[in-house]
Amino acid sequence: MSKGSKHKVKKFGMVIDLDKCTGCGACMVACMSENNVPFKENESKKLDSITWMRVYKLENGKSFPEADICFLPRPCMHCEGDRGHAPCVSVCPAIATDYDHNTGIVSQIYTRCFGCRYCMAACPYHARYFNWRDPVWPEGMEKFLNPNVSPRMRGVVEKCSFCHHRYQLALDKAYAEGRDKIEEDEYQTACAHACPANAITFGDLNNKKHSVYRLKKNPNTFRLLERLGTNPKVYYHSSREWVRRAGDNYLKHEAAKA
Amino acid sequence: MDSALIPEGVKRCSLGRFSVWILALTAILLWGVIAMLLCWFKGLNQTNMNDAYGFALWIWADLAVIALGGGAFFTGFLKYIVGKDELKNIINYAVIIGVICYTSALLLLAIDVGQPLRSWFIFWHANVHSMLTEVAFCLSCYLVVLIIEFLPLLFENPKLDKKPFLRHLSHNMHEIMAVFAATGAFLSFFHQGSLGGVAGVLFGRPFAFREGVFIWPWTFFLFTWSAAACGPCFTILITRLTEKVTNKKLVKDNVVDLLAKISGWMLGTYIIAKIFDTWYWAAYTLPKQGFSLIDFYSNNPFYGIWILVAEIVICGIIPAAILISSGGRKNKRLFMTAIILAVIGVCINRWVMVLQTMAAPVMTFEGWFMYYPSWQEVATTILPVAYGAIFISFAYRYLPIFPQERELNPID
Repeated sequence: MSKGSKHKVKKFGMVIDLDKCTGCGACMVACMSENNVPFKENESKKLDSITWMRVYKLENGKSFPEADICFLPRPCMHCEGDRGHAPCVSVCPAIATDYDHNTGIVSQIYTRCFGCRYCMAACPYHARYFNWRDPVWPEGMEKFLNPNVSPRMRGVVEKCSFCHHRYQLALDKAYAEGRDKIEEDEYQTACAHACPANAITFGDLNNKKHSVYRLKKNPNTFRLLERLGTNPKVYYHSSREWVRRAGDNYLKHEAAKA
Repeated sequence: MDSALIPEGVKRCSLGRFSVWILALTAILLWGVIAMLLCWFKGLNQTNMNDAYGFALWIWADLAVIALGGGAFFTGFLKYIVGKDELKNIINYAVIIGVICYTSALLLLAIDVGQPLRSWFIFWHANVHSMLTEVAFCLSCYLVVLIIEFLPLLFENPKLDKKPFLRHLSHNMHEIMAVFAATGAFLSFFHQGSLGGVAGVLFGRPFAFREGVFIWPWTFFLFTWSAAACGPCFTILITRLTEKVTNKKLVKDNVVDLLAKISGWMLGTYIIAKIFDTWYWAAYTLPKQGFSLIDFYSNNPFYGIWILVAEIVICGIIPAAILISSGGRKNKRLFMTAIILAVIGVCINRWVMVLQTMAAPVMTFEGWFMYYPSWQEVATTILPVAYGAIFISFAYRYLPIFPQERELNPID
């Protein structure tokens, strides 16, 4: 950054419009490709598959003609918790995961992680994945790995980084051009780029000029499991009441958050 | 052949018979070692853990053996700090069981982490906010204390006792053992508690999360309390088992009775605290998060309300009532039932705090996650049992563990 640049804390986050999401899975594919996410020979056992971005299928449980479904993409929520004490960050015994107060991004330091998996136990979103095996790509495919993202070794935990390397590249570019700021479109995650329905909006939640700032204030916007105090930075939007209610747990007599 | 190593005035089985026994145990041990090596060299894909079950059988076994090994610190506390001198007749064995439990816990942890060669990061890059960091530090320090407590006993082996330096070292260590017992009690309070904290601080997991005092959730205190209550029960159980195997009375009834009575009161008060904790959690903590108690005990094939009843009533209230009452302790069958139930109870508690926490869904659109361990997980969990039995066998044969053995089993 150039000298004298005004330091302002950023808080990167997402607003995902569930009414737009078609469940096509392009975000998942883009994420895997962008972040060198390894895959198994047999991907039928999903509980040890690595999917930084995972699309869930929600159903309202009603029969025709009231039956309704919703696809919910779930990246890491980059929880802020209470002043940066995200569920996973505060429990990691070796500070292998960290909350960046300048960006709001929860990072994972692969070479620091020793694989205790306490962070996975702490995460209610199942957004953290363990490398149960060595990362192997089909022959030749390793040539197409993203050089900006380090592949992870067996025995460590990994998760969505909000494509942090793209942020670094955007900063480098701005620096080279003598700018001290990056524009909204200069740093976008792979999933946001890939979504054909434009359901994923990414930006600085603190920046009034960014779309996410406006979108998060919509009354139909909610976050997953807000009541637990995880304070996530991924927001969801839906005009459907049952979808909003599915975002959190409520007692039978309780109404969902307005 | 090994008679020079056997303490004076006690009778041991023949070396041949002892060797067969050790060989049988070694076979089980080797099974565990093979599984351990598979996990180390091929990775944790050898287990049935997955991304929903980051913590599974091994973490439960860790928590359980540390709770059961709690007999060492609490018996030491009672003997050296409170001044219950009769317990000198069982303290050696409590320490040995403690050493076995804690070394087993560390071994299991070494298998459980994905990058064992980086285990030292927990000390080097310590996160002071993490309960696991506190566990690692206190657990390691306490193991050192346990080994220090064990050394004087080791030096009492007839062969080693002949070395003047070792004899004097052993004598002097005995003199200052109260200091180590106090250190051990202090460290144990924190690591037993921190293990409770490991689950209790998980505010993203409503089944485990508990409110508390300052940085400590209620589970911090409950874990220490239950370890102090049930650890001695495990010491008694293993003592009785050793008596059965050796066909000898090794500890007088009044010693066991005293330890059992104190355990009973500890268990009784613990279970009252546990009931209060469960009520507060169900009535206040869970509703704030949008859950009701029954959410965690329904809609799945295994975790029903029965497990709560088993933990609190069958393995909590009942053994506490038996151990507190003089009549209950005098009735041998009832007494052993209570001891076994107390041991099972603390194991159930550790099980639910680890595995039920992982199993229960938190997001509304997910279901329960069920898990069963792979043979590698089972074998590596049985490994410490075989290792413990071998350790005890050697210790019993070559060390004067039980001060009352000679008096209770005079050789004609």
